[in-house]
Amino acid sequence: MNANLEQIKQEIIAGADELNSSKEVYEFRKKYLDGKTGKIGLLMKEMKNIPNDQKAEYGKGVNELKVWALDFIGGLDEKMKAKELQDRYESEKIDISLPAEKSEQGNLHPITLIRNQLIDVFSGMGFEIFEGTEIETDYYNFTALNTPQDHPARDMQDTFYLSPEFLLRTQTSAGQIHVMENKKPPIKILSPGKVFRSDDDATHSPMFTQMEGLVVDKGITLCDLQGMLDVFVSKIYGEGTKTRLRPSYFPFTEPSVEVDCSCFECGGQGCKLCKGTGWIEILGAGVVNKKVLENCGIDSDEYSGLAFGIGIERTAMLKYGINNIKLLFESDLRVLKQLND
Amino acid sequence: MLAPLSWIKEYVDIDITPQELQDKLFSCGFEVEELYEVGKDISKVVVGHVLTCEAIPDTHLHVCQVDCGEHGQFQICCGADNVVAGGKFPTALVGATVYATAKDHKTVEGVMTIGKGKLRGYESFGMLCSGVELGVSENMYPGAGYNGLLVLPEDAPIGADVKPILGLDDWMFDIAITANRPDCQSIYGIAREVAAVLEKEIKAPDLSYTESDAELEGFQVSVDCPELCPRYSAHYVTDVKIGESPVWMKRRLALVGIDAISNVVDITNYILKELGQPMHAFDCSTIEGNAINVRRANDGETIVTLDEQELTLTSENMVICDGVKPVALAGVMGGLNSEIRETTNTVLFEAAKFARDNIRKTSRAVGKRSDSSARYEKGVDEYATVMAMKRALHLMEELDCGKVARTHVDVNTGNSVEPREVAVSINKVNKCLGIQVPNEDILRIMNNLTFAPKIDGDDLILQVPAFREDIENYQDVAEEVIRLYGYENIVPTFIASAQVTNGGLNLQQKAEARLKNALCSVGAYECIHYSFFSPSDLDLLRLPEDAVERHAIRIMNPISEELSLMRTTLAASMINAVVRNQKKGNLEGRLFEIGNVFMPKSLPLTEYPDERAKLCVGIFGEKESFYTMKGIAEKIAETLHVEFKYSNTSNTFMHPYQTASISCEGVEIGYFGKLAYDIADDCDLRTPMYLLEIDLKLVSQWYGKKPVFEPLPKFPEEQRDLALVVAKNITCGELEDAMKEACKYITKITLFDIYEGEQIAADQKSMAFTVVFTPKDEAFTTESVDAFVKKILKQLNKKFGVELRS
Repeated sequence: MNANLEQIKQEIIAGADELNSSKEVYEFRKKYLDGKTGKIGLLMKEMKNIPNDQKAEYGKGVNELKVWALDFIGGLDEKMKAKELQDRYESEKIDISLPAEKSEQGNLHPITLIRNQLIDVFSGMGFEIFEGTEIETDYYNFTALNTPQDHPARDMQDTFYLSPEFLLRTQTSAGQIHVMENKKPPIKILSPGKVFRSDDDATHSPMFTQMEGLVVDKGITLCDLQGMLDVFVSKIYGEGTKTRLRPSYFPFTEPSVEVDCSCFECGGQGCKLCKGTGWIEILGAGVVNKKVLENCGIDSDEYSGLAFGIGIERTAMLKYGINNIKLLFESDLRVLKQLND
Repeated sequence: MLAPLSWIKEYVDIDITPQELQDKLFSCGFEVEELYEVGKDISKVVVGHVLTCEAIPDTHLHVCQVDCGEHGQFQICCGADNVVAGGKFPTALVGATVYATAKDHKTVEGVMTIGKGKLRGYESFGMLCSGVELGVSENMYPGAGYNGLLVLPEDAPIGADVKPILGLDDWMFDIAITANRPDCQSIYGIAREVAAVLEKEIKAPDLSYTESDAELEGFQVSVDCPELCPRYSAHYVTDVKIGESPVWMKRRLALVGIDAISNVVDITNYILKELGQPMHAFDCSTIEGNAINVRRANDGETIVTLDEQELTLTSENMVICDGVKPVALAGVMGGLNSEIRETTNTVLFEAAKFARDNIRKTSRAVGKRSDSSARYEKGVDEYATVMAMKRALHLMEELDCGKVARTHVDVNTGNSVEPREVAVSINKVNKCLGIQVPNEDILRIMNNLTFAPKIDGDDLILQVPAFREDIENYQDVAEEVIRLYGYENIVPTFIASAQVTNGGLNLQQKAEARLKNALCSVGAYECIHYSFFSPSDLDLLRLPEDAVERHAIRIMNPISEELSLMRTTLAASMINAVVRNQKKGNLEGRLFEIGNVFMPKSLPLTEYPDERAKLCVGIFGEKESFYTMKGIAEKIAETLHVEFKYSNTSNTFMHPYQTASISCEGVEIGYFGKLAYDIADDCDLRTPMYLLEIDLKLVSQWYGKKPVFEPLPKFPEEQRDLALVVAKNITCGELEDAMKEACKYITKITLFDIYEGEQIAADQKSMAFTVVFTPKDEAFTTESVDAFVKKILKQLNKKFGVELRS
């Protein structure tokens, strides 16, 4: 009897050498350990034929064999699975330097990116966004903005005319007149949009984008203008960026100022970007001319306002280091793909 | 505007450096665009005394020993014909920089550094210089124009820097003048501003002269067009002796870029630069009829101007006439018939104010720009006309080239040249600025500006000089105060008094932003194209003559024909963008644009046109197909929470069988499909291109749509795959619609296979769908779903002869 158990044990040990896969191990295990058909399982069924006095010893012997076989074959299985896993990994060796397969994500145009940033900053301050029309009348583009027919400031801008009365707006300020005519103060609007001037070179495009801001309320001052612009530049160009005002001229503001911000490249030390001055011109602004308010039926004794106009292309070109404004309108994918801010 | 420092200094004492003055001007609103020393390229050139001068045999050269004082004595070879022992000449030392000239010794070809040289075996340690080599013209220094050495005066100190002697140490300010300050378009105007900034006295130019008894008896001036000529003054001068102007005048004119011509003409040019008032001088002997008449030109009238060009005029132009004929094109250029000649012995000076707009239009219409017209375009004031006339007469006396006669005629429309009283509230000035500027500072600043201020309570009473036409109200005064008080005194505040307002994007702006992001997520890049396009773009799209897109608004003054029409479609710009990309080797990609098209209600425009926002998508590359573009359309629909329906359509620039119109809730909103092959060929496209255009103005009615939450089904959904054999001409859409019609529980139909070939009859195809049934009130049984399928198949068979594939 014991010899029979020992024979099975030796058979298992010998058979183990023939096994090459975990699947074969599974079959092997079944062959010996399956409760109904396995060789060890069958030994258990033999119990009924064993004399009573030998039953205990027989049972013990079979059970010991079973425990041993479970452990032995389990060990085989574990080893085989580890080897198979390793083989699978080996078989899946790849060249990680092969090109990536990307699901392409497009991006917004740099002008839209800057526009969105500005809108974020100013809508947080309570500005509504108003987009006027690209085609305007002479009245809204010039006359109502204190630039009558014979005004020298008309020479500052070469205007595209569509008829003696209609033109392509030269400034987004045109839309603000419509707002002021239709809305009572307090007014806080931001007007982004395309504007047009008859200019065409590396830094000028006949179409470009402006973003004009207007606040009309009681007691608005030049100090408020600078305070608001300080917040704006620190959000767009980074904490600590300062503004500097210097006198300028726009017909629709008085006083009018050019606004420079401390160079965000060198922090005001002087570098190539700021041409050594430490300052970069970023926008024009001023206190709204009372004549403009009055043209819109707003009482200039009660209300005052501030206005500013930002050139989006210039901001984008400064921010991304783009040297030719034309690149923004040529839709060259080699350019657009780089500007995924 | 160019202003030499030495000239400004004639009217105001300047005791700061040119760079400090630049900063002061900058901070008060006058940006100095360029500041440079007249002799900026010249260095290490000193007065040299030629001790000996020996001819080098068989050459034109001389070898000289030159004493340069403290710098030493040098042997220098010189080829100029006027080198002579005992003479003093500008001597460029080794290491000096001077202008290099061409073989003609006149044309400057850049800057060169002098090194040691050897000529014909003679060593040379420097160079004796001509005027050209030092950038000095005859007008800037007498004798400098000689094609040889510039001869320095005998008393020039040996070894001294030549720059001060030749005026090369002067500084030039190129100043940007804003449009509201035409009064600063002159040296004197700038000097007034400098005086105000530096708190110095302004020294008025000498305006004195003595009138003789001579007169032009019966002489009359009439102005027929006072709207174009508010002021016209004329003065008669006798005993004119035409000759050269003095050196100082020629030098100043040369510095600001004007050639000297003759004393009388130079005086008019000098006053234009000095006082900013264009002047004209007529040879009085050519004036017929003893009269000057200012009028609009007759249509077709001609005049020959000083530059001997004949111009044909219209009534939009203004002419100065004598009793018989036009003698000048007002404000632009004098007539040839009345020009100052060597023989001129009587002169009639003109100082006038002409409407700036008229001069600008005339100058552009006849294509003639002069210093005078350029100045008039910026606007002159009447104060200047009076001052300029006096100054001209003074200079005639000072230059001793004529006697001022008694005859003076001044026609004006009543504008005073006296100061105007302007009263403003100090409180309002400070409220505009947001700071309290002390009254004494306001008084000081107004005094410096010569506004003769007085304070009476809250009132600031000013006597504003006539040349400051820009000062009208408290805002104008606030600007004057702060630009001289200093912008650094502004204390930033954050609209403390303003009321809280709701900011942010409106519905339409939000929807467009979401659309853009959705398109980026399918790999498309946003582009922005010009709002104008070319008439040839309409031809590219093969649009018929009566197409609505051809009814485009034309720009009256376009930059070029290519940019002359306002866009009526975004398709052409998109095709052009793809063409540009392919030319640069980008053979696949996805682009989109949201922009306006401009549909006029009438042409020419009499009312605002319809500006419609459109979305255009252009995709190209071998991987793209009608269906990838359809995927983009679906993405758009999904983003807007709407459903698009498609039907076959065609237009002139798209593939006839691969183009679909898009509709939403029964409204046609756009199209998409493949670009027509003939257009792709015309554009040399190397990979297929697909276009989509949607009218966002139409779509905007659904912008507010929110996604609707459908409660999850209470009972499990059932799904069946159906392989159908159908005639080839039956579309997927037709089958889907028919299935949905046959069973209300269908919530989703997905085509997963199409087969055509051997196992199927030639005129048929097999289409396999997965159909999802969603129960509503009770769970489905196998039998109930079988019944649905049966009903569906029956319906399909009836409608399209569809059979289940066996």
